[in-house]
Amino acid sequence: MRVLWALLAIAVWFATPVQAEVADVYDFSSRSEEQRFQQLISELRCPKCQNQNIADSNAPISEDMRNEVYRMMQDGASNEEIVDALVARFGEFIQYKPPVDQRTILLWAFPAIAAIGGFLIVVGVVWRTRRREAREQGLTDEDRSRAERILSGDQDDQASH
Amino acid sequence: MYPELGQLALVLALLLAVLLSVVPLVGAITGRDSLQAFARPLASGVFVFIGLAFAILTHAFLVDDFSVAYVANNSNSMLPWYYKMSAVWGGHEGSLLLWILMLSAWILAVAVFSRRLPTVMISQVLSVLGMVAVGFLLFVIVTSNPFDRLLPNIPADGQDLNPLLQDVGLIMHPPMLYMGYVGFSVAFAFAIAALINGRLDAAWARWSRPWTTVAWSFLTIGIALGSWWAYYELGWGGWWFWDPVENASLLPWLSGTALMHSLAVTEKRGVFKSWTVLLAIVTFALSLLGTFLVRSGVLTSVHAFASDPERGSFLLALLGITVIGSLTLYAFRAQVVHVRARYGGLSREVFLLLNNVLLVSATLLVAIGTLYPLVLDYLNMGKLSIGEPFFNTTFTPLGVAAGLLLGAGIFSRWKKTDGGWLGRKLLWPLTISILASTAVVIGYGGFKPWAFIGVFTAMWVAVATFWDLWDKSSSRQGRWYGLKRQSRSYWGMVLGHLGLAIVMAGVTVVSNYGIERDVRMQPGDVAEVGDYRVVFNDIGERQGANFTAQYGSFDVFLDGEQVAELHPEKRQYPVGMSVMTEADIDAGLFRDIFVAIAERIDGDAWAIRLQYKPLVRWLWLGALVMAIGGFLAIADKRYRIKVRRQQESRAASPKIDGNPAEATS
Amino acid sequence: MKRLFLFLPLIVAVGIGVFLFAGLGKDPTKLESTMIGKPVPEFSLESLDDASRTLDTSLLKGEVSLLNVWAEWCPSCWDEHAYLTYLAREKGVRIVGLNYKDQRENAFRFLERLGNPYDEIIFDPKGRLGFDLGVYGAPETFVIDADGVVRYRHVGVVNEKVWTEELLPVINKARGNS
Repeated sequence: MRVLWALLAIAVWFATPVQAEVADVYDFSSRSEEQRFQQLISELRCPKCQNQNIADSNAPISEDMRNEVYRMMQDGASNEEIVDALVARFGEFIQYKPPVDQRTILLWAFPAIAAIGGFLIVVGVVWRTRRREAREQGLTDEDRSRAERILSGDQDDQASH
Repeated sequence: MYPELGQLALVLALLLAVLLSVVPLVGAITGRDSLQAFARPLASGVFVFIGLAFAILTHAFLVDDFSVAYVANNSNSMLPWYYKMSAVWGGHEGSLLLWILMLSAWILAVAVFSRRLPTVMISQVLSVLGMVAVGFLLFVIVTSNPFDRLLPNIPADGQDLNPLLQDVGLIMHPPMLYMGYVGFSVAFAFAIAALINGRLDAAWARWSRPWTTVAWSFLTIGIALGSWWAYYELGWGGWWFWDPVENASLLPWLSGTALMHSLAVTEKRGVFKSWTVLLAIVTFALSLLGTFLVRSGVLTSVHAFASDPERGSFLLALLGITVIGSLTLYAFRAQVVHVRARYGGLSREVFLLLNNVLLVSATLLVAIGTLYPLVLDYLNMGKLSIGEPFFNTTFTPLGVAAGLLLGAGIFSRWKKTDGGWLGRKLLWPLTISILASTAVVIGYGGFKPWAFIGVFTAMWVAVATFWDLWDKSSSRQGRWYGLKRQSRSYWGMVLGHLGLAIVMAGVTVVSNYGIERDVRMQPGDVAEVGDYRVVFNDIGERQGANFTAQYGSFDVFLDGEQVAELHPEKRQYPVGMSVMTEADIDAGLFRDIFVAIAERIDGDAWAIRLQYKPLVRWLWLGALVMAIGGFLAIADKRYRIKVRRQQESRAASPKIDGNPAEATS
Repeated sequence: MKRLFLFLPLIVAVGIGVFLFAGLGKDPTKLESTMIGKPVPEFSLESLDDASRTLDTSLLKGEVSLLNVWAEWCPSCWDEHAYLTYLAREKGVRIVGLNYKDQRENAFRFLERLGNPYDEIIFDPKGRLGFDLGVYGAPETFVIDADGVVRYRHVGVVNEKVWTEELLPVINKARGNS
């Protein structure tokens, strides 16, 4: 009896009039596969065009490449295999994401190097001012601000001449 | 006849520019006022003759004078008049003429609005600007003359303006962008003049600040317009491609932002002078680099001009002279001595310095990402492409870090901020931001780490900005009085930071929660995108002014109610034999619905691209808010009457105290 | 000493300038083929003239040949055709055609109008061989040595300059080796 109910429930669920949904240009079994496809084609560059990915480009070669990505995905290829297969034909140029290797390590590491290096410089500057401040202990505030003004060469007062 | 007059006007402008770059400078060095007095009239003269040349070229477009090669290549008699006007800057030569027109306008503005500046300073500034004008006028006259004739074989009609450019975006985007690029030349000129004088001081920073801010505001609008234009006109709903040309505009924007903040510190506290002056030079150099990248063809881009190595060499020479000259001057004249200003580890100075570190890191990152393929190619190490995946991965952390610092920095004081006090101050904004961003992220359909981080950063900036405004506007005479009492430059800062928060929120939400679908549709079909249902009614033909179009008709429903009727097109322009995809967009403050016709699959089945773009408008809205902030900041009283009074009273009571009520941007 | 640091920006700028200068005049859209040094990918396609005849890689072995990718719909192919004909007739170069993403009747019309310099024409309506060769737009011309290995690729129109400066040296070298 319970089985019957379950079957009935399934039947009802299937029979619920679902709005006829159109097919995707490329049909996928799941939403995540579709996203994977979109991701892949947005990171591959059209070799013929000025600077467009194969998702946005109308060039025939982009269509061929999209088809190849789709075909390989249906055959169960991994992202790396797909990208490698296309790179083998068209060269590294078509990857928008450059591989991390000897040539590009500087590129990939650069943002971190710049930010951390800059941060260290700031720390150094602050530390030096601190030390100087400690050395200048003993001066009155007034002395100090006068000394500061003289040393910084603040020539604002000349501006009105 | 007219085109020859245009050419003559350019030559005369060049002549005056040469005089401008020499006479006042000699006057300033030798101390002869009679020579310095030429600065302003010469500046006006340069503007008048370039303006005349520009007017003549515009006239040639309006009357369809196809004997002028540039007109024949970029216009067509069928073009509507307003596109004929904007076609003036639709190609290389004309856009360069627009560039120098903007430059001469800035020169004129400097001449008019800086009567209070010391004569020596203004003479030097105008001379330096004159030199820039000489370089670019030479470039136009020698390599890119827009008045060249096609004689005796005058074509019957023009080759038409690239259909991509037949758009309101083209009317506005280049002028705004160039106003920004060229505007940084003023900050540059002030920096050079200060280096020549050896007077890098607070006064120099105060004079440079409004010019920098205005240029920055124009550039902000220019970039936003470009992004908006690409979004609806290139056809695929992207708003930023990390294309070399886009990067070229982002570079001076990033370093210009750093410059604005650094100038604030230099003005208020008299520190970081050498750094600030370097930023002023670099920002202008990056503007020139952008011009070079776009016009030389060294990099592949969607929107590059036709490449020409000869022009490239000329521009590179200009860039080289400017950069090598100014940086050499910098190396010899900048101050090495550290100013003995005192600031604690959590002072506003340090926050702004860290902000500079992040902005400059971001600038360098964009620069290296843009130029790296060039370097590798030169070293024969292969042809690489560096695109969105690289920039998104590396740029995002820097942006987040900058936002987090900003929120904390708003509360900091000049000289010294108490750590414990700051921590307590940040507690509430922190709590509110975490709660609010969690709600937003869940409301948009799912927690994603980067989405949360992005929304949190935006919230953090916005909440901190409002909190600070609330603190500062408390007054015994009531809130309204307190709000009105705030200076315009403070309001400028508030809007600038809010604008940034809006942009950050938009970028995060649209990239994480946007939906994109490529579907196969026949008339009568229904497709879903997010919560919206899109019905494809039919597709027909339509005749435009200078094109024929496949004209689609779509209805968009939300919860059974129709919200929009969209008509995307696929246009054929017979003159240039080109095809254009015109998307149609139902725009809204909180979401866009984007429909574009891709290609016919078979019979009456079409590939259709449907997109749901939440908060995409916030990108451009935020940029607009930022720019308004910039314009507001320069309308501050300080830059008008008070300037003189301040200078006079300065000797008596130097105003370099840390005043937390003062704005920093 | 400290002043030396102030020269740093100048040095960096000059360094960048060198690369920018080197980049001038290079065409960044021209890509080097990844197929160089590799044998032509396996294929089995019809001959354009005779649908019943199947062609494969053996077609490209035994003699150094040019593999010219062309199509009736490609405007530049019309431009270079006269020069290809000249090369085949006067210079005795063996040229194999790869009719790329075209229709038979269009291809025949093209050859009728302009003449046929090709020793044999591979008919590749779907562009499969083209795809495997990394062809991204016609016309492209490959130099294939006697072992059927790709030695060079030229993207764009073949003319006098391309022939003497690019193709001929490679062909001579390929001939010398085998």
